[in-house]
Amino acid sequence: MYAFEYRKAASLDDAQKAFESADDGTYMAGGMTLIPTLKQRLASPSDVIDLDGIDDLRGITVDGDNVIIGAMTCHADVAASADVQKAIPALAHLASLIGDPQVRNRGTLGGSIANNDPAADYPGALVGLGATVHTTNKTVSADEFFTGMFETTLDEGELVTKVSFPIPEKAAYQKFPNPASRYSVVGAFVAKTKDGIRVAITGAGPTVFRVPEMEQALTAAFTADAIADISVPADDLNADLHASAEYRAHLIGVMAKRAVADCS
Amino acid sequence: MQISVTINGKQESGEVEPRTLLVEFIRYQLGLTGTHVGCDTSQCGACTIHMNGKSVKACTLLAAQADGQDIQTIEGVAPAAGPLHPMQEAFRDNHGLQCGFCTPGMIMSALAMVERHKGEDLDEQTIREELEGNLCRCTGYHGIVKAIAAGAKAMQGGS
Repeated sequence: MYAFEYRKAASLDDAQKAFESADDGTYMAGGMTLIPTLKQRLASPSDVIDLDGIDDLRGITVDGDNVIIGAMTCHADVAASADVQKAIPALAHLASLIGDPQVRNRGTLGGSIANNDPAADYPGALVGLGATVHTTNKTVSADEFFTGMFETTLDEGELVTKVSFPIPEKAAYQKFPNPASRYSVVGAFVAKTKDGIRVAITGAGPTVFRVPEMEQALTAAFTADAIADISVPADDLNADLHASAEYRAHLIGVMAKRAVADCS
Repeated sequence: MQISVTINGKQESGEVEPRTLLVEFIRYQLGLTGTHVGCDTSQCGACTIHMNGKSVKACTLLAAQADGQDIQTIEGVAPAAGPLHPMQEAFRDNHGLQCGFCTPGMIMSALAMVERHKGEDLDEQTIREELEGNLCRCTGYHGIVKAIAAGAKAMQGGS
């Protein structure tokens, strides 16, 4: 690791001031991506600003038709939350599949979506449920928030504060995990919401995306068979040593069908 | 920077660099070498400790993050001169280790698992899923899984 200054923020204001005064600062949520990145010397920030002390950013509340989760809430807390398990079981299930128990005790919702790793799970849930992301500067729909590989609409110094997930009629997440890292090779989040059917795919492309053909077919008939003949072209999908683009394209169909079957 | 932690019930402080890892502080500054570094890439879980009662990987935390927190390592599981903890005893009885390198992390994960599933039956599938963050290259896991099931039972006062 290259040397850096460690600063622990006590409030959002404190964190943003520390960021502004740093030459090249970075925020740290759970650190489950940042610390390995620093250890490999893939990043050399002047200051690491720890958000762990900002208690306002932690917590889960159910407010009418929405589950609202603070950005610093760890995956283990989402997975174990009786409120989330009752309102959106698919979301609790998704959180329980991230990494391993030790990682879930540290990794956070805000950290995951701000990083927007193409193989992360949470972007699937946000887009699949039509969630809303609240930041220090704006309120933005999940569809607009994720813009590309490791890219979001977050500006310099801007922080995610919470995410609001509309409670769906039915939803399910099915993932084909990398057997070593547990990152999703392909993950499909399918939801029947009051605004219609949503199918979000994570892991397969540079960033999470929806499959409109599947959404239309499922609107006509909500069965796994309804999407059996729909294929997603492999052209823009990721390829690495774990899976070729063609294999990922195939897995999208398989995981989406399983998720639909899981909804019933 | 100066940090201070409660470690195995004892107050300790030390001077660390912001980039010092928690596992380096524990091993090299506090001399508690039971917490191992296997992979150093957050995969193997040999460095698993408890921070405020939750299992975490000490190779993927900065020592600075532990400032003011309550830490438990393998050394704090049972008294130095006293009998082994029932979970440690179960690892010995069930051939839950061969070389022993992964064992401290396995025990710390096992204890966290028992805590998370308090009042539930810790079945084989749950144990295997909960062990996702710990690698063992000797045993093939069967002995470890059996040991954790037996240890959990013993901790609940069963046989």
